[in-house]
Amino acid sequence: MKTSPFVAQPMPLQTVMLKVVTALVPGILLAVWAFGIGVLVQIALAVAVALATEAACLKLRGYPVKPFLLDGSAVVTACLLALSIPPLGPWWLAVLGTAVAIGLAKHMYGGLGQNTFNPAMIGFAVLIVSFPAQMSRWAAPLALAQPDLGALAQIAYIFTGHLPLAFDAVASATPLDAVRTGLLQHLTLADIFKAPLFGVAQQWIAAGYLVGGLYLWQQKVIRWRLPLAFLGGLGLTALVFWLVDSEHYASPLFHLFSGGAMLGAFFIITDPVTAPTTPLGQLIFAALAGLLAYLIRTLGGYPDGVAFAVLILNIVGPFIDQYTQPAVFGRKKKGAKA
Amino acid sequence: MNERTFFPFHGGVHPPEHKNLSSGAPIQRAPLPSRLVVPLLQSIGNRARLLVNVGDKVLKGQCIGVPDGAISVGAHAPTSGVVTAIGPATLAHPSGLTEIAVTIVPDGEDRWIERQAFDWRNANIRAVRDYLRDMGVVGLGGAIFPSHLKITDKGKVHTLIVNGAECEPYITCDDRLMREQAAGILTGAGIVRELMGAERVLIGIEDNKPEAAAAMREAIKTCGFHAEVGVVPTLYPSGAAKQLIKLLTGIEIASGTRSTDHGVQCFNVATLLSIWRAMEFGEPALARAVTLTGHVERPGNYEVLIGTPIDELLPLAGVKPGADGYIYGGPMMGFELPALSVGLSKAGNCVIVRGGDVLPQRPIELPCIRCGNCADACPVELQPMDLYWFARSKRFDKSEDWELFDCIECGACAYVCPSNIRLVDYFRYSKSEIWAEERQNRAAHHARQRHEFRQFREEREKREKAERLAARAAEKHQAAVSSADPADAERAAKIKAAMERAAAKQADAVVEAAAPVAAEAQAALDPEKAERIRAAMEKRAAEKAALEGMSPEEKAAKEAEKQAKIQAAMERAAAKKAEKAAAEAIPEPAPKAEAPALDPEKAERIRVAMQKREEEKARLAAMSPAERAALDAEKAARIAAVKEKAAAMKAAQNENKTE
Repeated sequence: MKTSPFVAQPMPLQTVMLKVVTALVPGILLAVWAFGIGVLVQIALAVAVALATEAACLKLRGYPVKPFLLDGSAVVTACLLALSIPPLGPWWLAVLGTAVAIGLAKHMYGGLGQNTFNPAMIGFAVLIVSFPAQMSRWAAPLALAQPDLGALAQIAYIFTGHLPLAFDAVASATPLDAVRTGLLQHLTLADIFKAPLFGVAQQWIAAGYLVGGLYLWQQKVIRWRLPLAFLGGLGLTALVFWLVDSEHYASPLFHLFSGGAMLGAFFIITDPVTAPTTPLGQLIFAALAGLLAYLIRTLGGYPDGVAFAVLILNIVGPFIDQYTQPAVFGRKKKGAKA
Repeated sequence: MNERTFFPFHGGVHPPEHKNLSSGAPIQRAPLPSRLVVPLLQSIGNRARLLVNVGDKVLKGQCIGVPDGAISVGAHAPTSGVVTAIGPATLAHPSGLTEIAVTIVPDGEDRWIERQAFDWRNANIRAVRDYLRDMGVVGLGGAIFPSHLKITDKGKVHTLIVNGAECEPYITCDDRLMREQAAGILTGAGIVRELMGAERVLIGIEDNKPEAAAAMREAIKTCGFHAEVGVVPTLYPSGAAKQLIKLLTGIEIASGTRSTDHGVQCFNVATLLSIWRAMEFGEPALARAVTLTGHVERPGNYEVLIGTPIDELLPLAGVKPGADGYIYGGPMMGFELPALSVGLSKAGNCVIVRGGDVLPQRPIELPCIRCGNCADACPVELQPMDLYWFARSKRFDKSEDWELFDCIECGACAYVCPSNIRLVDYFRYSKSEIWAEERQNRAAHHARQRHEFRQFREEREKREKAERLAARAAEKHQAAVSSADPADAERAAKIKAAMERAAAKQADAVVEAAAPVAAEAQAALDPEKAERIRAAMEKRAAEKAALEGMSPEEKAAKEAEKQAKIQAAMERAAAKKAEKAAAEAIPEPAPKAEAPALDPEKAERIRVAMQKREEEKARLAAMSPAERAALDAEKAARIAAVKEKAAAMKAAQNENKTE
């Protein structure tokens, strides 16, 4: 190489990806505390499948396997998908979802950097559309449940689908699901929240993601615009609904700390490949995604709307970029160009 | 006076500075090398015109090349010695191209030419510019832009910026110059300030050079004019002229516009020093300060004669074993030297030896994840990831829309790229592709023009040849007529008249025959059109008759006119077609058809032709049959007169010949 610059800053792609995984740790730990070892099993499954799929695809496409496998992007995708799957969901959910995410959503579009849609969210969307029953059967937070389900029993359940006799129901609706169903049945929130231990675990996990997200921001891996605009879009929409009818619509805070909101804000929507890159474009993109996420999770047919909101906005990402080009040095008076 | 407010520019990066390697080493004069390879191209623009021959003895400072044109500077012998060779030598340029260079073997005496201070205070500005040009003064910050072109007329510039930012890592020569020769720099600044009539002088220095800032402040106290040191944060590329101007004045100068339009001009400290040396001592720009650093034993700063081969320079610093490359300039914008035999140019502010942990090779390029770090780092506020994308997909039109040509190639984007993408390379590639395409378009246009001209010429030659032959034939015929007896001539005239009558009759018949046919062919043909056709045919018949009686010159003229008319008609048809197409495309008021499609000259010609025709038509239409007959008669008379004249001329000629 004989061209400038000859120096490079020491933050290669691997480091970026490593930091993202590190930032997930608080959320993962809290999830394990709440739901048990099943979370880790799902992550391990997804990572293994992701790496295998990635390697196979690279090989098929004639790319050098090692440097691309080591960039860590597949691991991040796998983690994000695994955290969106019910911890005690059957093993093939994670396997199928990850294979779709890496194989279809990533490599069929040309690999890292070329995909139009967030791979993890494509994997999630395929699963929830194809297997809505399995995907919405979230276990009641085990840490708070009585009696506890042992680690081995959890693993056995994931791989065989059989439970020890003492348990006949591990399924419970997520808080979001309950609120949405309640809305359809015209129940008031007060009635819904009467159920014990409701939603606390998920809020703790969301807080964990928030901490990880702040770490990423502090490390300059992500910028403030996307997460803030997303949470703002979601929160403000929730606020409007809540102010209009606080008996049926949950508070903004509930929405911000439920489902995939925090994970989405700091780890999903911040995926640079599928988000716009211009400052204004990012604000528009994320705010719209927040709005859409609220509408889908509250008025739609799925327990959460983050994944679909992100995927829908992914479509318009390049379009938003096109029309939000910032003015160049010395050319600001002319205004933004179309 | 200490802390000025500054106006940060967008982006920027802060790579490890590595300046302390050499910043402590005072500038030393490098020893005379065994030879000097002085290129005649010492600035951007034209190379100087050679003044010396092989074997000439030259003195230090002697002009060996005079400037060639406005964007060119003089070349000088850096020391006294003998010219041993003149020929192509590898340039200190990333291309590795060769340029004409003068090789001088020093005689060791370092004997000067006679030097004389220049009375710049009493000289007019043109003379000052010419003087600086002849003295080979160029921007020493790395751009080697001729300084004389930057000296504006009085009153245009209110702020003179002195660039001592030196933002590239490793380089310390400007730092040392400011520490050691602050007074000289300020004197130079004072000269430029006075020449341009600038009101204020701002000296921009990065905050990693406190000693330099202190030295400059100290020197300001005694310099005799008001100047201010503006300490700016250490953030590459603060030393880029436009970025420094933004930092110090808040003014943003768009690419393609000049800072002087905003009343600001920027000079590098080393340049000001050489302006001062040239003005006060009559010394041309013969040497410059160079930092030798990197993978070497003794990093340092040297005053080096222009043309000193790099391989004779490096031993001063002592290259450590394991060196694997030599970078000329800074690590952000410099380039790897194509050969070590190249002579130092005026752009060479630094040589960094690569090796060990100094500037290791970059790892493999990974895909772009559009993280946007590059956009955050870009001091010009471009979107490098988009430009990269366009370069990959060869969408150069989009690249231009995204202001590719505003890119200053500072390398900040590539520096921060987590995927190690050499973005600047892609941008250089895009630029060169666009340039190549422009060149190609120009060449194609040129070729088309030449082809069209050739066709025109061939056509003309063919015609001329035919006319010449016809003329010769006519000559023979005339000769025969004039040599015959009067009776014969009379008979011939009668025959001709009869033939003419017959032709006229025939033409009438044709007109009569043609009209119904045309009417049948086009039922919608209105009487006006028929009338027009008839008129045209009549005219043509008359023309034919007239032609028969014409001299070759007249014929040629007529022919040319006809050609022109045909062309005009064709153009008109094309214009009409375009108009029709336009009218079809936009049902709204049809735009002026010829205006956008044709160039104004052509359109004008068409308009004139149309007008003329319109007039003729009107005249013809307004005539009564009697008038027309009179016109015909007049025409016939004119024809006869011409013929007589021609015959008389021929006869006279023949008489002359026979005599």
